[in-house]
Amino acid sequence: MQIKKRELTFWEKIYLPEIFRGVWITSVHFFRNLAIHTAHRFGLLKNVRAGVTFQYPENPRPLFPRLRTRHRLTVREEGTPRCVGCMLCETVCPAKCITIVAGEHPDPNVEKYPVRFDIDLGVCVYCGYCVEVCPEDAIRMDTEILDVAAYSRAEMKLDMHELMNPQLRKPVKECTLKFPHKCAIHGGELRGDWRFVYGKNPEQIREEGWKEIQELSGKEH
Amino acid sequence: MPTLTIDGKQVTVEPGTTVIQAAEKLGIFVPRYCYHPGLTIAGNCRICLVEVEKAPKLQIACNTPCADGMVVHTQSSKVNQGRASVLEFLLINHPLDCPVCDQSGECDLQNFYMQYGLYDARFQEQKQKKPKAVPLGPTVMLDAERCVLCSRCTRFTDEITRTGELGIFNRGDKAEVGLYPGKTLDNKYSGNVVDICPVGALTDRDFRFKARVWYLSSAPSICTGCSQGCNIDVHYVIDRPHLAEGARIMRLKPRYNPDVNKWWMCDEGRYGYKFVDENRIRQVSHRGQAVSWEDAYSSLAASLARFKSDGRLNEIGILPSAQQTNEELFLVRKLFKEGLGIKNCDIQVPSPAGTSDGFLIKPDKNPNTMGAALIGFPGASKPLKSTNGSSASGHIFDKALSGEIRALWVFGHDLVKLFGEEKVKALAASLELFVFQGSNDNGTARYAHWVLPSAVFAENDGTFVNVSGWVQRIKPCFAPLADSLPDAQVLLELARRIGISLSFKSAEEVFNALAAEMPAFGGLTYERIGLQGARVHQKEPAAR
Repeated sequence: MQIKKRELTFWEKIYLPEIFRGVWITSVHFFRNLAIHTAHRFGLLKNVRAGVTFQYPENPRPLFPRLRTRHRLTVREEGTPRCVGCMLCETVCPAKCITIVAGEHPDPNVEKYPVRFDIDLGVCVYCGYCVEVCPEDAIRMDTEILDVAAYSRAEMKLDMHELMNPQLRKPVKECTLKFPHKCAIHGGELRGDWRFVYGKNPEQIREEGWKEIQELSGKEH
Repeated sequence: MPTLTIDGKQVTVEPGTTVIQAAEKLGIFVPRYCYHPGLTIAGNCRICLVEVEKAPKLQIACNTPCADGMVVHTQSSKVNQGRASVLEFLLINHPLDCPVCDQSGECDLQNFYMQYGLYDARFQEQKQKKPKAVPLGPTVMLDAERCVLCSRCTRFTDEITRTGELGIFNRGDKAEVGLYPGKTLDNKYSGNVVDICPVGALTDRDFRFKARVWYLSSAPSICTGCSQGCNIDVHYVIDRPHLAEGARIMRLKPRYNPDVNKWWMCDEGRYGYKFVDENRIRQVSHRGQAVSWEDAYSSLAASLARFKSDGRLNEIGILPSAQQTNEELFLVRKLFKEGLGIKNCDIQVPSPAGTSDGFLIKPDKNPNTMGAALIGFPGASKPLKSTNGSSASGHIFDKALSGEIRALWVFGHDLVKLFGEEKVKALAASLELFVFQGSNDNGTARYAHWVLPSAVFAENDGTFVNVSGWVQRIKPCFAPLADSLPDAQVLLELARRIGISLSFKSAEEVFNALAAEMPAFGGLTYERIGLQGARVHQKEPAAR
């Protein structure tokens, strides 16, 4: 295929008239918006629309509720993640940006929870499959955080701190999670204790849970 | 011999055969929970319903004996409806905690629901509460809510191990699997109840939450835990290093072989895979310094050539191992025994007798003792009782201690464990050349001058001969860790540098040469060995 380049007319070739024509277009919009915005201030010309500008970041644009924004992990009442570590999101993730390591939860009716839950936003494609696949409603993309920017790849990796508390931004200096988990701050080691969450050790909680279950079933007899 | 028709196909079976077995013979799969070919028939799960013409209602395939002229339909709409109803009944009290259940992905409740169920739940009442996450013993975790009471596990402990720890207690919808008072499920085969459990009621505590089953890749292999050589499937993950602290092997599962292990394997072998990812030797090293394979090859080939040119071949001792494959042992023989003419080349080590029982566990903890003996290392089947440290005994290690042997090449044996640290320390100081070629770090690797990392069974290709003469194949699951290499590759490269012509490109070529040379292996090929093994041509030597 041949692309025919349009020849410039004589008028265009002499250059200056076209420059002035461009300045004219810009100026018309500028003064029109200036006049109409000023008039709007005084309650005039309300039915005439002026150019729309959002004063970002002071006045962010309203977002649609179904828009997919940065992820968060929903939390149970006592502050542990709702996630049960089923790894379905890790499985379904087409970008393979989710990393989960599961651990034993002291409550046998919960059984499993994520010791580690990382999302690499530098790899994430925001497809939302993780939200869709989650059987526990444990991950959502409703933080309305769009400005995910960082100076390094490492900073793009979110761990449990930022995912459970979307207000937190990197760098997270202090770990406030009270349940056993693995995070970058602790060098990936298991830290925390279920006692901080439940006030008792896991074995005790387990035993009491079973006792309760046995009592319940005993009553029914 | 009754002849019956199943789904339009005729089959003639032995009298007493049940319909499910006859269908199996035709390659027709009938769903089952309680039926297991290795156990007695319970007939309580009712999922194997089939339609038998002229019978008033659906019959269970697992406990209906075949009769002459019987016409069976396994896929009719009546059958599918019956199966859906049975499933609905079985799932009434099921907690549906598939997200946290280790069985999900290989669960027959999930599979058959997708195949025959697909109904909308009608159950409105409260589900029964039962104990969850109860450790039954060191290896097995019970979740009574998920159980469908098929009684496979109780039949296993009653019939196979005959230990009888498990039973079904209470009645009706309160019935649950549990331990008899004062018992724990700690027999040597306890892991098998996890395999036979068709649902997530019994799960493996070792595998618990390590990975989801759909992450696992599988390769057929042979257990290296003892000379029984149980057929296994190695389940591994290599693309998710965050799981299980970066371990590659997640679990071992027994693979059916009617001649060796049937459906079972022992716990010792099942959980004996940790060495694959732990405590491995990662680098070639010379007196504590990391060196490259290239340096090691040239230096070792030069040392061996020097011994040869000085006419001191009698001063070299080679200690191969019955942990090595037939191919590796054959190359050891070709290179050291025949190529160089080293006489002191045999598996002469004491073999500490391990536990054994009359079933699968054998006292000899080496997978290839029989193969080593067949390939020309007679010491393999005659382990040393003790060493007295004098060269009069004629054993390689004693000769090395007395100074008669000046160069020692050890494959995998931990001499420190076998002979004591003092002796090995003295040996390391006096020997000219002390090579340790093995996969895992141990006392010997600390004292050896040269340490050559070798691949473990899951990274290696080759064959073993088990205690009753079955040649069985191991297949490589993943690449050797770090710098380690299969012994065969190292031996071939050394042979090339010394100038001994051994031109094999794969384990299969080595095996073909071995089969051509050794009458015991005559006519065998990897193809004939296949997945179920093939027998060596020899009178069965007495098992030890």
